[in-house]
Amino acid sequence: MDALRRYLPATLIGLGVLVAWEVLVRVSGVQGFVLPAPSAIWAALVENWTDGYAIFPAARVTLYESMGGLAIGTVLGVSTAFIVSRFPASRDTVLPLAIAINAIPIIAFAPLANNWFGILSPISKMAIAATLVYFPVMINTLRGLTQIEPAAHELMRSYAAGASAITRQLEIPNALPYFLTGLKVATTLSLIGAVVGEYFGGLSATLGRVVVSAASALRFDVTWAAILMVSVTGIVLYLMVVGLERLLIPWHPSVRGETPA
Amino acid sequence: MTDSAGTEPVVQLAGISKEFAATGSSKAKPTLALSDITLDIRSGEFVSLIGPSGCGKSTLLRLIGDLTHPTSGSVQINGKPAGQGRLDRDYGMVFQSPALFDWRKVEENVRLPLEVFGFDRASQAKRSGEMLDLVGLTDFAGHYPYQLSGGMQQRVAIARALAFSPSLLLMDEPFGALDEMTRERMNSELLSIWARTGITVVFVTHSIPEAVFLSTRVAIMSARPGRITRVVDVNLPQPRGLTTRESSGYFSLITEVREALRAGEGDEAQIASAERTAAEGTVG
Repeated sequence: MDALRRYLPATLIGLGVLVAWEVLVRVSGVQGFVLPAPSAIWAALVENWTDGYAIFPAARVTLYESMGGLAIGTVLGVSTAFIVSRFPASRDTVLPLAIAINAIPIIAFAPLANNWFGILSPISKMAIAATLVYFPVMINTLRGLTQIEPAAHELMRSYAAGASAITRQLEIPNALPYFLTGLKVATTLSLIGAVVGEYFGGLSATLGRVVVSAASALRFDVTWAAILMVSVTGIVLYLMVVGLERLLIPWHPSVRGETPA
Repeated sequence: MTDSAGTEPVVQLAGISKEFAATGSSKAKPTLALSDITLDIRSGEFVSLIGPSGCGKSTLLRLIGDLTHPTSGSVQINGKPAGQGRLDRDYGMVFQSPALFDWRKVEENVRLPLEVFGFDRASQAKRSGEMLDLVGLTDFAGHYPYQLSGGMQQRVAIARALAFSPSLLLMDEPFGALDEMTRERMNSELLSIWARTGITVVFVTHSIPEAVFLSTRVAIMSARPGRITRVVDVNLPQPRGLTTRESSGYFSLITEVREALRAGEGDEAQIASAERTAAEGTVG
């Protein structure tokens, strides 16, 4: 009931936009290849779900690539964060390099990654996704590992706690909310990375390839349907992280859904 | 815990000085935060350190806990150097902020030191249960810290500090952030815990009534440099309660402590005025 009331405005506005869009297209007589009506996009999606452009199998491959990239980028980002937090002297070496990686224009890097890791291999798309995922995960996790109440550190010192106890009992739990925030940003980025990689070539049964081939065949209704599918996949990934948050940090203000006292 | 009454003091401070290195300009002289502090605290005592902000009372407490080190002088805990005292887990510490771990439920917070020290699961549960009972929070064992009031959070911090039966409890303005009513209630609860456990307490505060109500002795400090100017014995009868707060002995001790604090301040005002005169002299 509460959830219904909470998301009612967003639902109404979303539906309103769809209705307005549909009406506008029908009344104004805009050509389908310029802007297809929502009903036409839906029809294209249903028609090409498994047949024709086979959007559903394509979405599965794209999801696989982006989750692979998410995993690789997350492991690398979290590892870097741990190294920098454990050895603060490494900060001035590692952070500029990480910032440089983050500054790589992904669209320029994608053809290179396709070349290095094999244009038909999902690994090349994962590499592109991982490059995008790395930075937000790393920088958020690092903040979580280092931004700790001084009294909490003194408490652990008063227990004569060793480095591993401090990491286990204090730093990791403290970093979890920050890490999950980074991961939320990273989910959509991983999908963008995978799709950009697909744009520059690869297996035809991927969402990025469906967008490219449908557009070149002037099937813009299918293009829209594929874009819709990318969004839905992104939302699914995002909701998975939200579920993870509920599981791992039920005590956190962002999860318990109240303003902190 | 061994009964060390009448033998060596629990805390022995001898000729402690503490300088903080100057920040910024290299010409600046280091700040003398504590100067020649000597104080013995015997087993079962409740000693308050009271003084104006910046008199180094918190620094002194952290020195006892080996969380910082003196520039000169020695700190002994149960006859050992403070560093060994910390390694032996001789003391529990309560800070001004409860410093509870948000991700741990109340009971899990209380068992934190026991986990760090490697107690087995069964004794962890037993000890944390006893401690929650001691501070009257048994019903809140499964709550998260954010679900508790400030006073309750500080009670959890006290339970956590006592969980491993240290011989010494160090408290750094633990009730400073609480309202007056809650603070008075917490004072009474702390005294009853002190009476039941027989633990030695060193308590930092800037509230005169709090220091007098709680302590067996009040050490009065002055600022710049931090020194102990007087130690006032508080011979109010135990157990203390509402009648203590309304007794004439209580009020006269409050006056005594206040005057001792003001006398310390007087020194400082004289020094400041002397410095000002000197400075004017050089300009003129």
